[in-house]
Amino acid sequence: MQAQMLEGGFAEAPRDAAIAFRAAMRAMAMPGAIETLTGAAGPAPLSPAASVLLLTLCDPDTPIHLAWAHDTQDVQEWITFHTGAPFVAADQAMFALGSWEALAPHQDYAIGTAEYPDRAATLIVEMPALAAQGACLSGPGIETEAQLTVPDIAFSQVNARLYPLGVDMFLTHGNRVAALPRSTQVR
Amino acid sequence: MTDYNFAYLDEQTKRMIRRAILKGLAVPGYQVPFASREMPMPYGWGTGGVQLSAAVMTPDDTFKVIDQGSDDTTNAVSIRRFFERTAGVAVTEETQEATVIQTRHRIPETPLEAGQILVYQVPIPEPLRFLEPSEVETRKMHSLEEYGLMHVKLYEDISQHGAIATAYAYPVMVRDRYVMDPSPIPKFDNPKLHSPAIQLFGAGREQRIYAVPPFTKVVSLDFEDYPFEASKAEGACALCGADNSYLDEVIMDDAGHRMFVCSDSDFCTTRRARGHVGTEGVPS
Repeated sequence: MQAQMLEGGFAEAPRDAAIAFRAAMRAMAMPGAIETLTGAAGPAPLSPAASVLLLTLCDPDTPIHLAWAHDTQDVQEWITFHTGAPFVAADQAMFALGSWEALAPHQDYAIGTAEYPDRAATLIVEMPALAAQGACLSGPGIETEAQLTVPDIAFSQVNARLYPLGVDMFLTHGNRVAALPRSTQVR
Repeated sequence: MTDYNFAYLDEQTKRMIRRAILKGLAVPGYQVPFASREMPMPYGWGTGGVQLSAAVMTPDDTFKVIDQGSDDTTNAVSIRRFFERTAGVAVTEETQEATVIQTRHRIPETPLEAGQILVYQVPIPEPLRFLEPSEVETRKMHSLEEYGLMHVKLYEDISQHGAIATAYAYPVMVRDRYVMDPSPIPKFDNPKLHSPAIQLFGAGREQRIYAVPPFTKVVSLDFEDYPFEASKAEGACALCGADNSYLDEVIMDDAGHRMFVCSDSDFCTTRRARGHVGTEGVPS
């Protein structure tokens, strides 16, 4: 277990994190675009993409909420060793990680305030599949329309109506990632 | 190169900036506060832009810097050298070749493409600041979408000058929600804010980051009877003959002679290399 905790980090943090962030930024700037994240792999059930996102974005300043199957000692130790991020309840979290069902109740996460809409949680949703098909997306970052498998169309519609408040999501599957910011209209 | 972390900043600072960029992209036009760092250059020389460039840069990037359209001013040259030394990235003066372009007060004439990133240096990020000095008040005005004051300012322009006299830093409405300062670009450039590129804005001294994702709806504020006009100096570039580019006025002598030249040096050079010659140009 000791060895597992120490392994799976970035080989060359500044370079790997820069390349990973560029992919994550492209995903967030262009909702529906599916990007590849490589360079890190945490213990199961963490997907490689979610592992890379955690190493790229989290540190002692970012409280994380681990949901159900992801809330294991292995995962906790790995995140603690590599990022130092504290673990908290859903309503305190800047980042939350888990499957869509495990992340429920979804209205518990911070959606920001009218004066500081940036103080909203980012959900990292581990998806059973991720492809450019399913729901129809439109909004900033999308020229006309985009297709993407989303976890919950009804939730995303409610979330978009809260704009400029609301949570932002990264959707991960294997080493692939897409994003669903609050500004995206889903139908 | 080995004396510095990649792209100068430490990893925790870059993570903090990167998180702010993601929130900025999720709420286009909203100014995200961030903990701006001391950089090895004074505030007002592009520290906000430099911190954004450092946070988004990868070793494979090709970097371009322009200062009022020009690649060869002191500010542009020193920032380009800074990243050549601390990040080891390739640099270019050609807009089409660049993957990350840091800019002070211009958008390149050559249309940007998907995949390119345009980083703006911003002095005062708050479009309402000269109308309302209190940050507490302007923050409340943004939260309530209370932008009447900005329209009053444009109206006063019309009543005093007969037209909207604001020529640069012309306020825009982003995605029907936030009024945003596009940094002091000439209003000629405002239509280019609707772009396939990712646009990031950084204000170092004022500690704000904001963003416009590709194809985001950006509308320059105006009135039905006084529509927005992307104006520029009349005439054509004296060197390359372009009549569709933004022009700088250059005083030639004490007798008051002057000429107009493209502000975008790469655009002008490329045109001259293709054989375009203006009234005072020399065939290359």
